[in-house]
Amino acid sequence: MAEQDRKRTHPQEQTEEVEAAPNASSPAAEELAETIDDLLDEIDSVLEENAEEFVKNYVQKGGE
Amino acid sequence: MTERIAGAVLGTETEFGITITNQAEFNPVLASSLVINSYAGDQARIQWSYEDESPGRDSRAFGYEPAPMADFESGLVNLVLTNGARLYVDHAHPEFSTPECPDAMHAALYDKAGEVVLEQAAQAARDILAPEERLLIHKNNSDGKGNSYGAHENYLVARSVPFADLVRHMTSFFVSRQIITGSGKVGSENGRPDVDFQITQRADFFEEEVGLETTLKRPIINTRDEPHADPVKYRRLHVIIGDANLSETQIFLKLATTRLVLEAIEAGTIGDPVSLADPVQSVWRVSHDPTLKTTIRRQDGSSISALDLQWHYLETVAKHAEMEGVSNNDSLAIAEWEETLELLESDPRSASDRLDWAAKLELLEQYRGRDGLEWSDPKLRLIDLQYHDVDRSKGLYHRLVAGQRMRRIFSDEAIAAAATVPPDGTRAYFRGRCIEKFGSSIVAANWDSLVFDVGEDALKRVPMMEPRRGRRSMVGDLIDSCDTAADLVHALGGSDG
Repeated sequence: MAEQDRKRTHPQEQTEEVEAAPNASSPAAEELAETIDDLLDEIDSVLEENAEEFVKNYVQKGGE
Repeated sequence: MTERIAGAVLGTETEFGITITNQAEFNPVLASSLVINSYAGDQARIQWSYEDESPGRDSRAFGYEPAPMADFESGLVNLVLTNGARLYVDHAHPEFSTPECPDAMHAALYDKAGEVVLEQAAQAARDILAPEERLLIHKNNSDGKGNSYGAHENYLVARSVPFADLVRHMTSFFVSRQIITGSGKVGSENGRPDVDFQITQRADFFEEEVGLETTLKRPIINTRDEPHADPVKYRRLHVIIGDANLSETQIFLKLATTRLVLEAIEAGTIGDPVSLADPVQSVWRVSHDPTLKTTIRRQDGSSISALDLQWHYLETVAKHAEMEGVSNNDSLAIAEWEETLELLESDPRSASDRLDWAAKLELLEQYRGRDGLEWSDPKLRLIDLQYHDVDRSKGLYHRLVAGQRMRRIFSDEAIAAAATVPPDGTRAYFRGRCIEKFGSSIVAANWDSLVFDVGEDALKRVPMMEPRRGRRSMVGDLIDSCDTAADLVHALGGSDG
């Protein structure tokens, strides 16, 4: 059977850099950080109140 | 392209987590009934007929174990929907079974439609509750306290494929595909070693290699032999080792890759099986390592990672596709599979736009970084739980979607339509259209028959033992042209039931 051409590119086999990680001070990185902060703020606003109580009370019956 | 039976029809069943906050005497069975009754509205309540069901039947040749029939619904709420799906109370959970679908793309779409159905049902049920009580539905599989409930997949398989072949080939596939199918979980359960975060919700609950059980001593390969179709031609592979997923790409990948491996087994292109030394231990070892570095032992003494096992199956399936030809959907699945494995290999967190476990881990790490939280912090467990809330305004998966952080394959409109319209390509089309048009004349339904009362002495039973018959191209015009159930039954020449 013919050997498959389909070959994953192991990271160590790559000859060229995929893409340099954006520098932490670059505008793109700052923008991303901002959007992540925004996202976490938004999630904070929808999270159930009193995490400890909620998690403690979340009990399900086994199923299937 | 050879037509194969394997996975030519498939579908999923999801048991949803249910809770009502601030309710002193919360009863999950009553709450589940309330949800489903609320969705029903004015719809006809059609009795589910169990006469052809035999969940205790075992695929292995050596006979039958006691059937788990004890509390297998006793008049509990049960609906057959106009999309051909079943919505009912199973044990203490609302359960949505998709209609039978003709390919993995449709099955993924209807799996997502189930979330919309439950979201709407919960919305309707809230009107009945006290103002301080809040009903929440989660598409998850564990409460984090040792209780698990299922997300099952079903694949049609040719009866001619020996069950032993399925066991031989699918075991290492199921162990390794967890890196594709996991929804992620904080901590471990069921006496497994402590871990901060693991890839799947379900791994901790698997204790056997092969068996009939689904609620205790869960097996990697489930042997339930209940095809809901002609048993001479077909079996149904009932897969219980999977997580309920929110990511559309992931649901498609889970179903399409599994279907393709089954097809390669049926076609005989699968090659030699990869046998693991200890499959059960391998299940949780793979799940417990989100870095994907862990290796598991093979029977020949060598070791292999889950990622390399998945590469093996991808290469096998790609070879199968070249030799036999596959559909466009399957070609897409193979390309997506390769891309996803590449992402996982470079950095598992880079798959956070398509795999629930990676998306959840990324979110948890962001929180840990911002708030300096230990893994034991209840806030992280809350985030883990709320990721699965089907309420689109609150569920964290849906917040990630709103922030355009998840790769989608369906529009909201397509998912909403699938909540009411059946797929064209299977008998679910016939079932769904009949429910929609002649619901008041249907007295009982199940996967392989409908029973009509057309006002004559005898009830008329329409058998549907062939899952690909009853599709739109075969019955669409007929259903359109009939004004009454009696017209339809007479046109079909239905037998007395």
